[in-house]
Amino acid sequence: MSVLIVDGREIEFEPPATIIEACNKAGVYLPHLCWRPDFSPHGSCRVCTVRANGREVAACITAAEDGMRVENTADDIVEKRKTLLSMLFVEGNHVCPACEKSGNCQLQAVAYYHGVTAPTLTYFYPPRPLDASHPDVVIDLNRCILCELCVRASRQSDGKNVFSIGGRGIDAHLVVNSETGRLGDSELDIDDRAAHICPVGAILPRRGAFQTPIGRRKYDIDPIDVAGDASEGET
Amino acid sequence: MTDKVKVATVSLAGCFGCHMSLLDIDERLAELVERVTFDRSPFTDKKILGECDIGIVEGGVCNAENVEVLREFRRRCRTLVAMGACAINGGVPAMRNSFSVRECIGESYVRGIGVEDPQVPDDPELPLLLDQVHPVHEVVRIDYFLPGCPPPADTIWAFFTALLEGRDPTYSYRQIHYD
Repeated sequence: MSVLIVDGREIEFEPPATIIEACNKAGVYLPHLCWRPDFSPHGSCRVCTVRANGREVAACITAAEDGMRVENTADDIVEKRKTLLSMLFVEGNHVCPACEKSGNCQLQAVAYYHGVTAPTLTYFYPPRPLDASHPDVVIDLNRCILCELCVRASRQSDGKNVFSIGGRGIDAHLVVNSETGRLGDSELDIDDRAAHICPVGAILPRRGAFQTPIGRRKYDIDPIDVAGDASEGET
Repeated sequence: MTDKVKVATVSLAGCFGCHMSLLDIDERLAELVERVTFDRSPFTDKKILGECDIGIVEGGVCNAENVEVLREFRRRCRTLVAMGACAINGGVPAMRNSFSVRECIGESYVRGIGVEDPQVPDDPELPLLLDQVHPVHEVVRIDYFLPGCPPPADTIWAFFTALLEGRDPTYSYRQIHYD
């Protein structure tokens, strides 16, 4: 057993493990969006940024080491996370009042957890398309945060290869692997994990919206450190 | 009377839902008006804005008049507050930002379902639309943000009580949400 010191608290872990894996096993919440315990880490959202032995690193792609000192709740780390979250909000079109994922959305939940009242950066309002060609699933790219969870779920869990990220920088976007580029012509099935794993409201299974009313949803009730990751398929 | 805190409120590109939520503090309104007096506001129907302690802005900025009113609020209010999703990020009105003004006007007044005698309104009294709807903080400096669509009455009350007691507002977990 090795020991990690997180905000002064010693937690034991079995190497090899990343910082976030060690914390997750010990019940210490580290905010995250693109990480899930059963998929390979991606390191793209950077929301799990901590200071480990004095260096700022993404906890999901950094190996935990014996005796490593991790700062998770330091004021400056939290401020950086809030800026990262604000950037995710302004880069897309996240109109929470008009989104059926609202209340079950992990981006919202992490922002609530950190007490973000408003992103105060300049909003991009990028023009982004909607794909409603699939009978059971809708994609609204306005809300995509490029976490690649759907990409990994399709490849690692469903044994398919439905999604990928195309383009670079600000032009990066989710693409669908089908001849037409439309979801309806892809191999995606409603029972695929990729159809349910989106932490925001970008990939939405149809016919489930508003079964739980706004105000009574997961993160309306409890903060994410208590409620856990966005439930798969819940809208 | 004179030592009461002066509050002004306005709805720009909003739906007045935030103002309804402010009224939703119910009987606490009586307690509020003991301590504040309303200047320009839909509650008073005053059209002229005086020097105020607190200005509360609902709605985003969608036209030239919104810009003018917002700048006047900033000039005359010591503390300026963005209330609700539209003031904070443009909200539902900003969903038109994916389209050109020409497309929006065409959809509403020319090609829209049920439009009879199609014509684009061009009365000189009508304020010109901006090409996009903007959050208020992109036009003027904002001191406080009250999220929600609308912000719950309890959030608005927590804000008022803190400010009237001279401290920075803090909110419980359930008082902050974006929908």
